[in-house]
Amino acid sequence: MQALDDVRVLDLTHHIAGPYATRLLADLGADVIKIEKPGGDIARQLPPFKGGVPHPERSGLFFYLNCNKRSVVLDLREPAGKAALEALAKTAHVVVENFAPGTLDRLGVGVDFFRRINLALPVVSISNFGQTGPYRDYRLSELTLYGFAGEMYSMGLTEREPVKMAGTAALFESGAAASVAIMGALWAAKRFGIGQHVDVSLAETHFGGVDRRHATAIAYQFSGRKTIRAAGGGAGMPQGIYPCADGYVEFTNAALRPDRVDDMLGHPEWNQDPRFNDPVQRLDPAVIEEWNVYFLTWCLERTKREIWAEARRAKVLCGPLFSMEDLFEDDHFRDRGFWARAEHPELGEVEFPGRPFLMGKGGWQLRRVAPLLGQHTGEVLREAGVDDATISQVLAGGGAR
Amino acid sequence: MTHKPLEGIRVIDLCVVWAGPFATMLLGDLGAEVIKPENPFVFQPMTRGAMARPPQILLERSIAWSGGLPRNEVGPRPWNYNPTFVSLYRNKKSFTVDLRRPEGKDILRRLVAISDVVYENNAVGTLEKLGITEAWLREANPAIILVRVPAYGLTGPYHNARALGVHLEAVMGHTLLRGYDDADPSANTAIYSGDYMAGAQGALAVMAALWYRERTGEGQTIEIAQAENAAAMFTHAIMDYSLNRNVQGAIGNRDVHGRAPCGVYPAKSPGTAATMDDRWIAIHIENDAQWQRLVEAMGSPEWARDPRFATNEGRAAHHREIDEGIAAWTRERDDYELMHQLQALGIAAAPVLEASRMFDDPHLRARDFFKTQTVRDAGTHEYVGPLWKFEKTPVEFYQPPVCFGEHNEYVYRELLKVSDEEYAALRAGGHIAEEYDPSVP
Repeated sequence: MQALDDVRVLDLTHHIAGPYATRLLADLGADVIKIEKPGGDIARQLPPFKGGVPHPERSGLFFYLNCNKRSVVLDLREPAGKAALEALAKTAHVVVENFAPGTLDRLGVGVDFFRRINLALPVVSISNFGQTGPYRDYRLSELTLYGFAGEMYSMGLTEREPVKMAGTAALFESGAAASVAIMGALWAAKRFGIGQHVDVSLAETHFGGVDRRHATAIAYQFSGRKTIRAAGGGAGMPQGIYPCADGYVEFTNAALRPDRVDDMLGHPEWNQDPRFNDPVQRLDPAVIEEWNVYFLTWCLERTKREIWAEARRAKVLCGPLFSMEDLFEDDHFRDRGFWARAEHPELGEVEFPGRPFLMGKGGWQLRRVAPLLGQHTGEVLREAGVDDATISQVLAGGGAR
Repeated sequence: MTHKPLEGIRVIDLCVVWAGPFATMLLGDLGAEVIKPENPFVFQPMTRGAMARPPQILLERSIAWSGGLPRNEVGPRPWNYNPTFVSLYRNKKSFTVDLRRPEGKDILRRLVAISDVVYENNAVGTLEKLGITEAWLREANPAIILVRVPAYGLTGPYHNARALGVHLEAVMGHTLLRGYDDADPSANTAIYSGDYMAGAQGALAVMAALWYRERTGEGQTIEIAQAENAAAMFTHAIMDYSLNRNVQGAIGNRDVHGRAPCGVYPAKSPGTAATMDDRWIAIHIENDAQWQRLVEAMGSPEWARDPRFATNEGRAAHHREIDEGIAAWTRERDDYELMHQLQALGIAAAPVLEASRMFDDPHLRARDFFKTQTVRDAGTHEYVGPLWKFEKTPVEFYQPPVCFGEHNEYVYRELLKVSDEEYAALRAGGHIAEEYDPSVP
């Protein structure tokens, strides 16, 4: 038994944030029915592809986002597509969509459509800037989302342009936030029979985000202080990223525990300087600069793994900068069973990150790999009691299989 | 008051720093009663600030989100209004107890007995040292849902590694994958995106475990290894290595999916980066038609009409040249005006907003995003709003960021129903307090 295996999600999302939100529920057992337009989710067109060649069934991104889901292709402009959607909505516990605001209404399958089917059915809408407000129809991408709503302004070097996170990290964060909203809507429906429209603005999931953004905003409200764009993470000894014999290591140690740093370094003579152990002087740029000369030498004589081992022993906050090769080869994650393996008809044997977290009971399982386009159209519609004539029409309209 | 999805659910918040408190804040936003036990004799660094009583100069030398206290003064009780703390402690309650002493631990046991969830993200071993083990908790309440958020997991060679988000993200590859493509990785700023992921998914995990409990009557233990949890953010690089053994590196502000141009360009600025008055516009062109519209918006300059730039392939190959051209056009223009002009043409564009400017944004104002809260000793300010808008179970900020020990009376007398005699003894013993013990620096 999985925690959510009595939940059916009607999933009208595409691209990254929406599918990630519903995948987290699918991982815990929810029956996520992924509705794709003829031609499929745009994420099928996005890299990385197996072999580097674009192919709608060979995107590693699409694969990761859509494991444990079933794919149904519906043309929502057509009556047969709408009829099938209505049948599916009757069996669903929650609807999730991330079209541009107003799109589903124009197709006649907006919130009102679902309300007519079932008043207690929650609808979660994920959009760029929310369902209301002057930017309602504005476009958004990873860069502009994080630049505008996330704390990107203070990332990078003072004399250069702000620089974003890797890949589409911000969209994944938004997806995680949206999964909480979906689960909240499910709880309100289960406990109180409340059906409702939930408005998730990608931008607002970042304005209120934990990664420095909210704290930076309130620090300004409190003190008038703003956060300058600078490398590292503020003052400290050691603090920031240092080169070592075979790469880089990142440290954090502000005023807190000079004793642990001493222990890590093996108590070299230079570290006994009283200035290096005074909590206030440890934040003085001139003192830090002097100390860094010694510390850099210590780092350059050691590998990133050697440094991290010493830091772990001395309980110093530290992490080596791993490449993907380092990560895949690392024993810790192998030993813990972090990597999952599965056979996919187009990708062959795939290795990928498994459970997002471990639950003692009812947690993550890989029940199925990411679906081929429309792989489950017939199967799912028959389950929902859609008549054969309608199914034929759906399949003829690009519904596949 | 309207119904809340999680009303009646009680969560004990044994959390520190960011990842744990973010999860319990989301649960509180959804209506759970979140209660934080705090120790008057032990200061948890980076939770209510760096130190209980920081020297003034430490505030001044700290990054703003850590040292930007009201009026730039330490004030009487700095632990109540550290900016990082207040951003994570709305909709929560606080009471004090010294868990190192048996009578304190017994108070926690009694609270666990009437709670649904215990959430902790301390360094592995911290709770064990106090004797707060899974077995001990389950003896107090067999159906308790225990969430643990170790950096690298409770097992494996790195289980004892100390880490903040920035360190475990480095291990998962983020630090080599982000930052300027033409600079050393040491140019990177410390960030904590893993805390966002683990925090949000911790709230999800709790709600899934509650769902399971509703169906079976059984509690359970959840382990969120933060490093493993962060991996999804780097799917592009992980899957590329998995499928193709291709090791990706930093690409600055470029689109990871290859659509060009995608960059951050200077806008008309009232000042410099040194005074945090520099302004930037982020622009992302996703197809050829958008590029043509951008060219027209720029007044169709000759450089932009270069046929090499008509296709995405050509634009990607000459990205730097295009960057220079766009920058020359944006440099003397207002960032918000650029956004509106380009968005009217269907182009994703937005200012790279310095945090304080969000309070002036008309869209956020129109959506009534900000919430005013009053914190004792700090005064009344506008705070950032909730992550989502629920139509019928709206997120309300019913409890402002909680002061140390603010709910001692409630927890001891109403919830635990301790006698007057026991209450007096606990107060005399220093368990019940509204300030840190003077011995705490």
